Amino acid sequence: MSARRSRSRQAGAGRITDEQIDDLMSKLQAILPEARLGRNDRVSAAKVLQEACSYIRSLHREMDDLSERLSELLSTTEMSSAQAAVVRSLLM
Amino acid sequence: MVALRFLRALSLVRCSGPGARSPSYRARGIRRAAYACMAASAGPRRAWSRALLRKIRRRPGRGLRRPRAVIRRRRPVGGGDPLEVALRRLVPGGGCMEYCRLLEEAADYVKCLAMQVRLMQTIVDSASHVNSID
Repeated sequence: MSARRSRSRQAGAGRITDEQIDDLMSKLQAILPEARLGRNDRVSAAKVLQEACSYIRSLHREMDDLSERLSELLSTTEMSSAQAAVVRSLLM
Repeated sequence: MVALRFLRALSLVRCSGPGARSPSYRARGIRRAAYACMAASAGPRRAWSRALLRKIRRRPGRGLRRPRAVIRRRRPVGGGDPLEVALRRLVPGGGCMEYCRLLEEAADYVKCLAMQVRLMQTIVDSASHVNSID
């Protein structure tokens, strides 16, 4: 609690209320997958931050992994036909 | 549309012939293209997309390296809560913004990252499928 109040004091332009921070926290919580936070409405701010960091790290790892797989596929696939198939499936 | 932008970038990756590079070099190029397309599609209104594009365009070995003290215009916010510090490190451009802005940017960044990952997974799945039916 005290950490949050000290953040309000440190705020640059104008006073930022706890309500505003709560609102932004719940928006961030809504973005995170349900499996990570459960269906509880009351999740602590610390938990939201922790899960957000963990989720971002896992997304970065997935990006690395998918880039590797795409690189392998590009060397083995006739990319133009794969591209055409993907574009068709994405646009429909 | 981020999908078409990314597909166009992928088609420019040279796989064979005189310009071709090692698979790991290609993978790094694809990853860079993925982040660049993601940031370009988000547009300049987001601090994370601007920071990401600046970082990508400032590739090592290109031109002179200016000392960091000259580049940095704003002081990074002092750490207190280690979770906040961790989030600032993970969100591009997150070092200097105030806390409320950080939460907003983090939410948008997560949304766009998840979308990019889903797009790449779709491409991988479709390309694998095309491979298997040939």
